[in-house]
Amino acid sequence: MNRDSLIDARPDDSANSTLAVHAGEARQKLADSITDPIVCASTFTFDNTQSVIDYIEQKQPREEYGRYGNPGEKIVEEKLASLEGGEEAILFASGMAAIVGLFMSKLNAGDEVVFFDECYHRSREFCSKHLARFGVVTRQVPACDYDAMEAAITPNTRLLVSESPTNPHLSIVDLERFAAIGKRHKVETLIDATLATPYNVRPLTYGVDYVLHSVTKYLAGHNDLLAGVIVGSHEQLDSIRNLRGIMGAVNSAHNIYLLQRGLKTFALRMERHNQNGQAVAEFLAAHPRVEKVYYPGLPSHRDHTIANNTMRGFGGLVTFLVKQADWKETARIVDAVTVPRIAPSLGGVESLIEQPLVMSYYECTPQERRQFGIPDNMIRLSCGIENSDDLIQDLTQAFNA
Amino acid sequence: MKFRTRAIHVGNQKDPETGAVVPPVHFASTFVQPGAGEWGNFDYSRSGNPTRQNVEQTLASLEGGAGALAFTSGMAATHCATMLLKEGDHLLAGTDIYGGTYRLLQHVIRSSGVDVSLADSTQLEMLEQAFKPNTRLVWIETPGNPLMSITDIAACAELAHRHGALLAVDNTFATPALTRPLEAGADLVMHSATKYLGGHSDLLAGVLVAGSQKLHEQLYFLQNACGAVLSPLESFLLSRGLKTLELRVHEQCKTAQQLAQWLNRDARVKRVLYPGLPEHPGHALAKNQMQGGFGAMLTFEIAGDLAKTKQVAEATQLFQLAVSLGAVESLIEQPATMSHASYDPSDRAAHGITDSLIRLSVGLEDLEDLRADLDQALNA
Ligand SMILES: Cc1ncc(COP(=O)(O)O)c(C=O)c1O
Ligand SMILES: Cc1ncc(COP(=O)(O)O)c(C=O)c1O
Repeated sequence: MNRDSLIDARPDDSANSTLAVHAGEARQKLADSITDPIVCASTFTFDNTQSVIDYIEQKQPREEYGRYGNPGEKIVEEKLASLEGGEEAILFASGMAAIVGLFMSKLNAGDEVVFFDECYHRSREFCSKHLARFGVVTRQVPACDYDAMEAAITPNTRLLVSESPTNPHLSIVDLERFAAIGKRHKVETLIDATLATPYNVRPLTYGVDYVLHSVTKYLAGHNDLLAGVIVGSHEQLDSIRNLRGIMGAVNSAHNIYLLQRGLKTFALRMERHNQNGQAVAEFLAAHPRVEKVYYPGLPSHRDHTIANNTMRGFGGLVTFLVKQADWKETARIVDAVTVPRIAPSLGGVESLIEQPLVMSYYECTPQERRQFGIPDNMIRLSCGIENSDDLIQDLTQAFNA
Repeated sequence: MKFRTRAIHVGNQKDPETGAVVPPVHFASTFVQPGAGEWGNFDYSRSGNPTRQNVEQTLASLEGGAGALAFTSGMAATHCATMLLKEGDHLLAGTDIYGGTYRLLQHVIRSSGVDVSLADSTQLEMLEQAFKPNTRLVWIETPGNPLMSITDIAACAELAHRHGALLAVDNTFATPALTRPLEAGADLVMHSATKYLGGHSDLLAGVLVAGSQKLHEQLYFLQNACGAVLSPLESFLLSRGLKTLELRVHEQCKTAQQLAQWLNRDARVKRVLYPGLPEHPGHALAKNQMQGGFGAMLTFEIAGDLAKTKQVAEATQLFQLAVSLGAVESLIEQPATMSHASYDPSDRAAHGITDSLIRLSVGLEDLEDLRADLDQALNA
């Protein structure tokens, strides 16, 4: 399928399942197979010396060595670029590998990064612990405080970073405003849109420079592989691709096939995750044992208006606080559910549940947890694509248990 | 738990050792035993494999059966079921059945001394007349292939049982997301899991689900004796496909219904065979027997000869010219020259499989994209 023709025909519709099924794939494949082959090659052969020289001199598009690219990887990259409406996508072995790849290729000693403070804790850790070792300065400002972000920009600032929705608070960034700050100060902008996916919002259309995903989550969707991606322009991605070939954090051919297969049902799955997330959030909001629900699809959410104006739906992740519960009472509810399983991660067909205090923030001091906004009674539920009645019934019995 | 929740969780219990939310894939051909003459849960992979067993549990739950068996292909599953018969038994099959099943019955089973005859299973009197004192197995397919005829499963079960025969239903086209034949009284369900159950055009598999433990054990014996067991990797991919089965099938049905209605109004089309259309002879029955949609397969006849039909089938850009069905990609084919080429020409004519039929397998693409594609192809 020629992805350009579809993109032109439907500029705003990444929910179009035709793209998910066909984008990036040749109409006629090897051996006329309906699916793309898994090419398990560490290296690719040349006919003779002259063809090596021709390749190196003219850089004709072909494969050379597995770390620099794989035919299956190219297809998946095209599909992801197409879904995001971007020129190019670069696939990594995990979301973190993508984050590290982007930071390492874009930042030099003395450069500065400003980011909204609600984020995946490992991204924050990489900035504060590791970028610092290379002389990069990172400044955190409160999520969605655009004035604070702008105020933190100095002549050395190279990158503005945020998630949207943020993890686990599900704050929604005003992407237009965020991108405009970057443009005004000639600083590049990055949105980690893992929790949104291109089904719900496409940050590039608001002028953001880079979109990043932990593909491990909704895009792959089956809790059975790790991957990450960065989408942006050819020009801006060139140095990242180059560094990836040196870093080597690439996906295996098998993994890439599972991802391609998972993407075929992407639009369907997202529609269901959105429905389940909304239904469960509404149920929780009305439940007497619940103190607060963080879900952008609820009118009570701080960013509901901006979410409503910019997103098709709000995903399957729902965060909530249990009323008058200490960490043990909260843990009791987590332990009492039977459909979702206790595990980190999110975005797969199976529902997962976790208590951030115990799962990701166990090592933090109470003061740090306060700073990150992680109360003891917080539960994060990733709604899968099960029947929503089953999920609601299960939560009901867990509250009553 | 509801169907969709079971498709995700039954048979996919978390791995007790590692906690992996997706059970590991066991490639082992053999399993170490606790002692000589003492057997563990698994001994040799043909007799049982944890990954295959997982997907068999899911399938048994979705069809509401006593047990399921996964095979290397749909034909391997059908073949295993026919091995329940012995020389001198009679097998009675419907007429609107998959070409490969027809070939197996007419050219393989028959030569081992089993008496085979076909009758139109949508006409219950005709079917009843075709029973013989030695009829042991009745084989039906609904919706039928390629005419989308609808057979009354409950009525056939009643007939078969009255004559001391078992009823087997090839449920490939409907899938358990729409129809569960065992609930209607059938004894055995067969699937080409290559189709909707796998759903991604990337594996071959077959399934038998038995309503009773006794039948399941008989079939298990035959499967283990003959050896056409599904591989661990295919079992894993099948299990992964089942997690989105209901979503896929419901969406594909919705699109197929819209396309059928559109084709039905089109002057370039002579008739549309789709059970979701009120004028389809099986519509009322299908409404009862299929829940949540009328399937995503549809056949139509164009106003034109074999050559014109071929031209249309070859002119689509999005629908790809291929046999098989039931996956995320939409496919198009000409039954007379492709899926039903293995029918004897006289049987093809007798069963209404004309040269100008086109069969569509509606995939997950957007309705508007598919409609535009058919529109341009019909003008070709
Ligand atoms: C928002 C977000 N970004 C990045 C990551 C890191 O991705 P990965 O686990 O694929 O390395 C995660 C999850 O782990 C995440 O939730
Ligand atoms: C209805 C039906 N039954 C059985 C089969 C045979 O299954 P398989 O091709 O998996 O052997 C097919 C398809 O080929 C089919 O369409």
